[in-house]
Amino acid sequence: MSMTATAGRAHADPHHIGLVIEHPGPAPKRIVTAYGFWVFLLSDIVMFSCFFAAYAVLADQTAGGPKGSEIFEQRNVAIETVCLLLSSFTCGMASIAADVRNRLWFYLGMAVTCLLGLIFLVIEFREFADLVARGYGPSRSAFLTAFFSLVGCHGLHVSAGILWLLTMMAQVFAKGFRADVLRRMMCFALFWHALDIVWVGVFSVVYLLGSGV
Amino acid sequence: MLGKLDWSAIPFDQPIPLIAGAVVLVGILAVLAWVVVKGHLPYLWHEWITSVDHKRIGVMYILLASVMLLRGGSDAIMMRIQQAVAYQSQGYLPPEHYNQIFSAHGTIMIFFVAMPFVIGLMNLIVPLQLGVRDVAFPTLNSVGFWLTATGALLVNLSLVIGEFARTGWLAFPPLSELSYSPGVGVDYYAWSLQISGVGTLVAGINLVTTVLKLRTKGMNYLRMPMFCWTTLASNLLIVAAFPILTATLAMLLLDRYLGFHFFTNEAGGNVMMFMNLIWAWGHPEVYILVLPAFGIFSEVVSTFSGKALFGYRSMVLATMAICVISFMVWLHHFFTMGAGPDVNAIFGIASMIIAIPTGVKIYNWLFTMYGGRIRFETPMLWSIGFMVTFIIGGLTGVLVAVPPADFILHNSMFLVAHFHNVIIGGVLFGAFAGFEYWFPKAFGFRLNDRWGKLAFWFTFLGFYVTFIPLYVAGMLGMTRRMQHYDVAAWRPWMLVAAVGMAVLTIGVICQIMQLVVSIRNREALRDHTGDPWDGRSLEWATSSPPPVFNFAFNPDVRGEDAYWDLKAHAKQQSLQHDAPEYHDIEMPRNSPTGFVCAFFATVMGFALIWHIWWMVILGGIGAFATFVVFAWRDHDEYVIPAEEVAAIDRVNLEERRSLVSMAGTV
Repeated sequence: MSMTATAGRAHADPHHIGLVIEHPGPAPKRIVTAYGFWVFLLSDIVMFSCFFAAYAVLADQTAGGPKGSEIFEQRNVAIETVCLLLSSFTCGMASIAADVRNRLWFYLGMAVTCLLGLIFLVIEFREFADLVARGYGPSRSAFLTAFFSLVGCHGLHVSAGILWLLTMMAQVFAKGFRADVLRRMMCFALFWHALDIVWVGVFSVVYLLGSGV
Repeated sequence: MLGKLDWSAIPFDQPIPLIAGAVVLVGILAVLAWVVVKGHLPYLWHEWITSVDHKRIGVMYILLASVMLLRGGSDAIMMRIQQAVAYQSQGYLPPEHYNQIFSAHGTIMIFFVAMPFVIGLMNLIVPLQLGVRDVAFPTLNSVGFWLTATGALLVNLSLVIGEFARTGWLAFPPLSELSYSPGVGVDYYAWSLQISGVGTLVAGINLVTTVLKLRTKGMNYLRMPMFCWTTLASNLLIVAAFPILTATLAMLLLDRYLGFHFFTNEAGGNVMMFMNLIWAWGHPEVYILVLPAFGIFSEVVSTFSGKALFGYRSMVLATMAICVISFMVWLHHFFTMGAGPDVNAIFGIASMIIAIPTGVKIYNWLFTMYGGRIRFETPMLWSIGFMVTFIIGGLTGVLVAVPPADFILHNSMFLVAHFHNVIIGGVLFGAFAGFEYWFPKAFGFRLNDRWGKLAFWFTFLGFYVTFIPLYVAGMLGMTRRMQHYDVAAWRPWMLVAAVGMAVLTIGVICQIMQLVVSIRNREALRDHTGDPWDGRSLEWATSSPPPVFNFAFNPDVRGEDAYWDLKAHAKQQSLQHDAPEYHDIEMPRNSPTGFVCAFFATVMGFALIWHIWWMVILGGIGAFATFVVFAWRDHDEYVIPAEEVAAIDRVNLEERRSLVSMAGTV
């Protein structure tokens, strides 16, 4: 179907004065898929915003337990952040490789993305395990509840992303760069970058603001 | 091995749920046996269960909603009888059972009746009105429906295995926390809403994308039928609000399962945060329900007045204004909970402001009728009944939006009467209007007129007799959710309300009779024209029921009221071509993904409720595997060859030409 918009005088439409841009018709699949996925991402960000809001409300409710500044380790968080930001770059490389149908660079980009994501998860898991071992688990105080939930929700998203990433690699291996595979790859890249943006929020709201006090 | 599940979960000592459960089980088994014996199973599987056709999915949504309406209605009957007899006595329902019933009634009516009904109608009609072949994501659409069905199944399972929540339909903490609700009731509630909530979110994303990205040539935004606009607004609200519900219930579940402290009394938890979060979803939710109903009334009033909708643009503006303002009024649900006079004043004023766009809509409908040649068909009766009823509900709404008045009326029967006034008078009347209006489009025959009108009058009168007394009881100080009471002044009103419930029940029976009679006489009621009401939008430009591809050609739209224009300019349009050139049409293939995915979701939900962890893992793996299998398939579309399209379309054209030659002169 034609995608060029045609300008013409509106027929039989008494409400229109002058030129009207005629809607060209249904959008192609690539646009529709990406658009729908954007809408999903927005809804996902709404969900994150609830956990951010809960964190903001409960951050001072330490119930005699530790405050943020007593448990956050800046060095770990810095490494986590670098890993995730770098992984966004390598994910971008994989996307470009998929667009030019270069399998080697695609696998390489995805593998490095996966590795960086795993490093991020391991550090986060160790942070959580360490806190629980010291008796500062999520049931200790409302602050820790909100902290574990917000950071853990992001971590769960990263885990799901890695599962998706591996499935994507397997699919390219089995099916090649088919149109539908490329559309999924585009959605995956959007997802991964969105997680980066959410992490920037987590980093600022939880770790930066929390360390100062 | 089976977590918390053992024989004590089955309420052997309570005859009511056991008998009800047994009757339903026998009913389901009988239907299944009939389907298998008659050999309908392959048809059911290939044409419905695995279908990704938006029309079929829409019909299944509405079917689910209708069945659940009977369940939620039975709960309502039981409550009305209880309050009629429980004066200075315990009545026939013990408190723990009564509490489950009002919780289940609210949950079912909102999530499994109103939601699937409006989503079903949107699914069925919006792609047709936009002049396209399907929604943006057909398979996802099927997944969304089946996940909704999973939620409904889990809620009903709680009738015989375990218990349902005793906390009211929004499960406020700290009552819903583990320390006060140690049973599985709240878990049934939360997990079924989590699962069906995913389904709703999927439907919302799908319909937003469909309206914004899939419109036929020339279908500019300001040429879309009003129902498409309200669908857009409603689904934008779904996308923005349902994640809040998901997050809030997730927090409640974390509190219950892992000892977190989001909403607990101890360790710094904050109960008010739950109130804010749940109503930040809950208030948009009522507009999610009522906006599509507004769209339906717009279509119906315009069609049966024989006029274009009055003030189309102000209607669009009002719709989008409601869409935005609905997010700014949530606090009026808890004025009494200590937010302070300034905050209360702001939210009170915001709540009154939202009445303005709604008022604009009412006047637009009235002016559409003014000077029109009105036909009082059943859908039109529901619409006029709506206008009268909804204005009363709206006015009592503005009344409780005044904080000082709300301090008196909060959580009283007055409130119960108010929200039933707007939800029954708005959403349910709208759903019935849409059902009567679009039934011929979905099935190719009209519904019996006489039974339809009887159903309307009984429901309409029954509504008033049931709920006006509740306003009075509320004024007399009766609070909601009372299992028994000792105040003599309330008694007569409860008795009148019980009589009203009986009248409402007759209305429901008439509705069922209408279906039975219409299906029996379907040959006499058949609609050959595809346009039984002399409609004005594109869904009436194709046959009834529409072919799987909806339109043989993408319609070219040249103004508002697209089909009216099409009929008026029939000579230039495709209907008049003698031998149009047909092309192959690609359609999405059927897929069992939705059904299989919902199966695993049911397993997983049930296992989570009963703490059967190995089964949770199994269900999760199954759901993931389903998606991978779906992603791996090589052919996701099939081609309907041009000859077949031509054959189908020629038959349709022949039947409809006679109508066009008559109407073309308008």
